[in-house]
Amino acid sequence: MNGIPILSIMLLVPMVAALACLYASAGNARRIALGATLLDLALGALMWAQFDVSGAAPQWQFVEFHPIFGRFAWALGIDGIALMLIMLTVFLMPICIAASWQSIQKRVPEYMALFLVVEVLMIGTFSAQDLFLFYIFFEAGLIPMYLIIGIWGGPRRIYASYKFFLYTLLGSVLMLIAMLWMAHEAGTTEIPVLLNHNFPVGAQNWLWLAFFASFAVKVPMWPVHTWLPDAHVEAPTAGSVILAGVMLKLGGYGFIRFSVPMFPQASEALIWVILSLSMIAVVYTSLVALVQADMKKLIAYSSVAHMAIVTIGLFAFNQQGLEGAMIVMLSHGLVSGALFLCVGVIYDRLHTREIDRYGGLAENMPRYALFFMLFTMASIGLPGTSGFVGELLSLMGIYQVSSIATVVCTTGIILGAAYMLYLYRRIVFGALTKPDVKAMPDLSKREIAFLLPIALAVLWMGIYPESFLRPMRADVATLVARVAQAKPIGDAQLAVSTVEPADAGAEGAHQ
Amino acid sequence: MIQLIVFLPLLAALIAGLGNRAIGNTAAKAVTTGALLVSCALSWPVFIGYLAGDGAATVVPVLQFIHSGDLMVDWSLRVDTLTAVMLVVVTSVSALVHVYSWGYMAEDPSQPRFFAYLSLFTFAMLMLVTSDNLIQMFFGWEGVGLASYLLIGFWYEKPSANAAAIKAFVVNRVGDLGFMIGIFATFMVFGTVSIPAILEAAPGMVGTTIGFAGGRFEVMTVICLLLFLGACGKSAQLGLHTWLPDAMEGPTPVSALIHAATMVTAGVFMVCRLSPMFEASETALTVVTVVGAATALFAATVATVQTDIKRVIAYSTCSQLGYMFFAAGVGAYGAAMFHLFTHAFFKALLFLAAGSVIHAMHHEQDMRYYGALRTRIPVTYWAMIAGTLAITGVGIAGVFGFAGFYSKDAILEAAFASGTEVGRTAFAVGVVAALLTSFYSWRLIFMTFFGPARWTQSEHIQHALHDAHHGEAHGHDHAAVDGTGGYHPHESPLNMLVPLIVLSLGAVFAGFVFVGPFLDAEQGVAFWQGSLSFDAHLMHEMHLVPTWVKLSATAAMLAGLLVAWAAYIRSPDFPAKFVDHFRGLHNFLIHKWYFDELYNLVFVKGGFALGRLMWRRGDQGTIDRFGPDGMSAVVALSSRLNARMQSGYIYTYALLMLLGLAGAAAWLIAS
Repeated sequence: MNGIPILSIMLLVPMVAALACLYASAGNARRIALGATLLDLALGALMWAQFDVSGAAPQWQFVEFHPIFGRFAWALGIDGIALMLIMLTVFLMPICIAASWQSIQKRVPEYMALFLVVEVLMIGTFSAQDLFLFYIFFEAGLIPMYLIIGIWGGPRRIYASYKFFLYTLLGSVLMLIAMLWMAHEAGTTEIPVLLNHNFPVGAQNWLWLAFFASFAVKVPMWPVHTWLPDAHVEAPTAGSVILAGVMLKLGGYGFIRFSVPMFPQASEALIWVILSLSMIAVVYTSLVALVQADMKKLIAYSSVAHMAIVTIGLFAFNQQGLEGAMIVMLSHGLVSGALFLCVGVIYDRLHTREIDRYGGLAENMPRYALFFMLFTMASIGLPGTSGFVGELLSLMGIYQVSSIATVVCTTGIILGAAYMLYLYRRIVFGALTKPDVKAMPDLSKREIAFLLPIALAVLWMGIYPESFLRPMRADVATLVARVAQAKPIGDAQLAVSTVEPADAGAEGAHQ
Repeated sequence: MIQLIVFLPLLAALIAGLGNRAIGNTAAKAVTTGALLVSCALSWPVFIGYLAGDGAATVVPVLQFIHSGDLMVDWSLRVDTLTAVMLVVVTSVSALVHVYSWGYMAEDPSQPRFFAYLSLFTFAMLMLVTSDNLIQMFFGWEGVGLASYLLIGFWYEKPSANAAAIKAFVVNRVGDLGFMIGIFATFMVFGTVSIPAILEAAPGMVGTTIGFAGGRFEVMTVICLLLFLGACGKSAQLGLHTWLPDAMEGPTPVSALIHAATMVTAGVFMVCRLSPMFEASETALTVVTVVGAATALFAATVATVQTDIKRVIAYSTCSQLGYMFFAAGVGAYGAAMFHLFTHAFFKALLFLAAGSVIHAMHHEQDMRYYGALRTRIPVTYWAMIAGTLAITGVGIAGVFGFAGFYSKDAILEAAFASGTEVGRTAFAVGVVAALLTSFYSWRLIFMTFFGPARWTQSEHIQHALHDAHHGEAHGHDHAAVDGTGGYHPHESPLNMLVPLIVLSLGAVFAGFVFVGPFLDAEQGVAFWQGSLSFDAHLMHEMHLVPTWVKLSATAAMLAGLLVAWAAYIRSPDFPAKFVDHFRGLHNFLIHKWYFDELYNLVFVKGGFALGRLMWRRGDQGTIDRFGPDGMSAVVALSSRLNARMQSGYIYTYALLMLLGLAGAAAWLIAS
């Protein structure tokens, strides 16, 4: 297995397919895209099956290294964390293609080609082992997404795509400067080496902030989240799926790959930034979601709240928090993707995202009602679905750091239930009175074909999360160990209290 | 065996739910009901085994669940005495409710969905009671919440049902917030979420403190109170009770199963399951006692003025749950579980009988339009009487008593015997609540089955009459004479009556038969086998309370009956006069102490207003205005200014050049 450069092949397949699409008819472009993404999914599954989770396995697997010029190299390789995010990407891609099968009629070859390019860039970002290779993949993802929103989007697509671009670009400039400094300081651009490089504590805060500027926008964290609702509202369904499903994870991946392990001291010193912004995000965006009249906007705001649970978990400095954050990312990728697909299904029928235009769909679309209910419950974090496992671990992790942050962020389970059930009630329940809503047919076979796999994955992750936790366990443990060692002595404000029976005055559980 | 008991209902739910219209009504009903009957039949031998005292606790592993660092959670099924009690309660009531629903839901268009939800609920409840760790308990906890939400909103065309369903879920989530944080704290303190391991380590934590949200408190107090918040949500205790009365929007069999016999008692079960933890915190126990007693009284007062037959019983449930909690609070966990056990039978009976009345009265639920039904639906009447005798606690010590006689009296005596000030207060409150219980229960009987028929004022009955007597004139003449309007209530079909009869047997005999193992100081130790903190000493003390204490519950019961009889049989115009005289009090009660109004104003309206404010003023008015929009406006403005400077006139350029040179020279000189 080691002889075959599977990661390069996984990048090559969609790239070649993207070029082929440009020269194909609309129908063929669809078929090529679906074929290529399915092939990548199969390759991904093969890679997952071959991924060594035993204790003796090296951290980085499927490594490829080809120097290009200077320090710059075509360096690929994955650990369990990257593997899971690549799996998420290749799993959602064919679904996106299937979801665009009929709803996209304009410039189909270009559309399909752009999606394939997105796939290349996402897999590239998660597998890059060179700092600048990562940067290129990471930032280039902006371009196809900008085009997808700008060309196939809704009426305010130009505004939305510019806003999206503006926000994301701003952060990335700072990140590039930080990366240049890091390469100079450490004398290498290899990420595995940088992961164990101890940057001077004085510089860490600045580096951390530069990366933060880029990742916080991608996640997105409050208050740099306002591009997300607009981008989602204007993007075509599949665009929203990939945006919410994979692109938001780039920010979280950035934190777990760069900020936390490379700048542990800064992560510790600046944790208050993460905690306070996350606390605000959970409460603020949940309440904003409650008053939305546009389905996509509501789900977009809920994404911000959910991603806040990711960010607090990432900075919990313990196994539960980090694994929880990863599971929330995977779960959110599936669930928010599925929710956008659910919105797309009824949007395709009635061509409006206004919640009040619907009502009573349980009557004429029972299958749809069932799927939507499942994803609603997963979004709320009902145990047995993927949402619960992540939220539980993430919040459990942060409790060991700050009980106040936990209490505030856990209110998300109340507010989340309120806005999601309120949404579901207005769309699916109630009397079926509007004639055009009455005429909507239930899910087609194609629609079931792309919702069912997500539903099964959501339940799988909810009932037997071990499949997803196992590949990441050793890598997260390495990360936790790395962070623990780098902790400066006497930094008591983040010290987690371990209550000993005899010690009545044990150190507090919070700052 | 235990796997069958737990997973058969799940399998049935999946078949009925996914098969739905494809497999048809009869198949769906047969599969689910069959599964529950099997589960029930398998559960009783387990329980009887524990009664005989030959069973130790067993844990059957099922599947790995969440392993993360030190956190090790597995799916597993734990069976011990406490579980066995819950198994028979859950499967018996569920099986009977399934059977009953064949009749009650016969005309509903979506029966497979209904039965699937019922079975799904049963599965989740069984997962809850068989859990060996807090996280699986939370799974069951939320699973029953989901089923409850789905069943309350079963008639989804009704806006009121949808509102009630969301309310139930969201209010429960407030409690779940406590439960979840309680789990986090437990894990941090004990390093595990396995219930036996926690219970073992809990006593050693006495005297240890923990920092929580800025303060410093006793570890066990913090954890227990957080978990108890969860219990308050699920068991509708004061403050988080508002969802339960509204939950009556669901079909009546649901009310009987979920909102009376099983789900709402999950909080009590949790406190009993974790009783060694609560025993480690005096403060937590005091809070449990106070909240329980306050709920018992509060709900009983509200129940006295309700006119909807289901809402009377709903408040009654709330009140009885309060009894169970203060029993637990004073350390009488056996008594709490015993009351849970007997209550399951008689309260399910009362609900199902109420359903039978509603069925007979063509969906009319308002007792003001009932009356004179005693002879029309005699089986229902006698079932209701059995339930009422049980709930009000009729019996003679040492001879025979109905179910509630044993369990409720035990709670009151234990509260008194506990000797603490809080316990004594709880006793006094409990006696007053017992009086109110007797009053509202008999009021329900008298308004429904006695007095003149008042049916003609009911819109539902008029609809029925209109349909039945279309074109016939004589029906209306009849109406003027006796208030029946010529309507003929029919006794329910056999599939509804059989569950009533079976539950009546439970309401009559459950107390008498099982009082020994549940409560007796010696038998209890052998029966519970440490599955809850059984305080044999307290159970012994209970028998030594003064005679007036022992008689007080019976006296309260008789007083309540007397008042109800005087007000609703002897002088039926008395209630109206009373209301006229005490309008303020009546308003306070009819508005349920204004909880809903307050919550609506603060949380619902407040939440929406805050959301709107943050969206309009925050996102749009501040972040976007000064962020991207502001930035692009600045760019646009400066480029316009720039463009204007490119005027083409030499003198403009010359001026700019001059200014530039001057500036550069100034900078050079200054530096």
